[in-house]
Amino acid sequence: MDAQLLISILSGCFILLGVLALLIGALGLLRLPDVYCRIHAVGMIDTAGASFIILGLAIHEGVSLVTVKLLFIGIFLFFTSPIATHAVAQVAHKSGVVPVGRNLVTAKAAKKPAAAPAAAKAKPKQAAKTGSKVSRKSRGAS
Amino acid sequence: MMLVAISACAVCLLMALVRTMRGPTAFDRVLAVNAIGTLIILGIALHGFIMERPEFVDIALLYAILNFIGTFAVLKLFSTGSLGDAASSRKK
Repeated sequence: MDAQLLISILSGCFILLGVLALLIGALGLLRLPDVYCRIHAVGMIDTAGASFIILGLAIHEGVSLVTVKLLFIGIFLFFTSPIATHAVAQVAHKSGVVPVGRNLVTAKAAKKPAAAPAAAKAKPKQAAKTGSKVSRKSRGAS
Repeated sequence: MMLVAISACAVCLLMALVRTMRGPTAFDRVLAVNAIGTLIILGIALHGFIMERPEFVDIALLYAILNFIGTFAVLKLFSTGSLGDAASSRKK
């Protein structure tokens, strides 16, 4: 009886930790300003949230075949989701998504308005990013 | 506790769905779909435990593998323009 109570308290604590990580990660996915920042939040969902919830379920189940399957899911997610987020970051960087923030190259491009139309013809994504950067800066100055 | 966890999964899934609809670049959408996949894996496992039928864990394991492969397929399509099959590489 006592051991049953201890097991349910322990699994509940782990599931609660996982739920906290899930909520923080989803809030970050919704609110952060950039693809690269959102990758950070999604990494939190995929590793911390999933691992803690699966660990809580495994503790709740005890020693059985279901626990082995749960641990397989946990190990698989723990290794594959950082690979997936890394690939997303690499492909985004290769296809010219500029990170938000203080960046000397994009600051120079934003200072020269004459260079902007040519850049807009060449890379519309990048031009949209620098345009949003200009509006952010003007907001910060005022 | 499991009911709390599955409702939190549903809330997070809605938030990721908003990001999928609103995301300015395609990579935001890929990222949000990847997160939705992970949340659905957790939801399937939790649903199995709530309904006292832990066989659902097999489906969750299958879904984990599919999610990983799907993300990589979409990213490869974005970066190279083809999925690497023989017909489209011959056209090049």
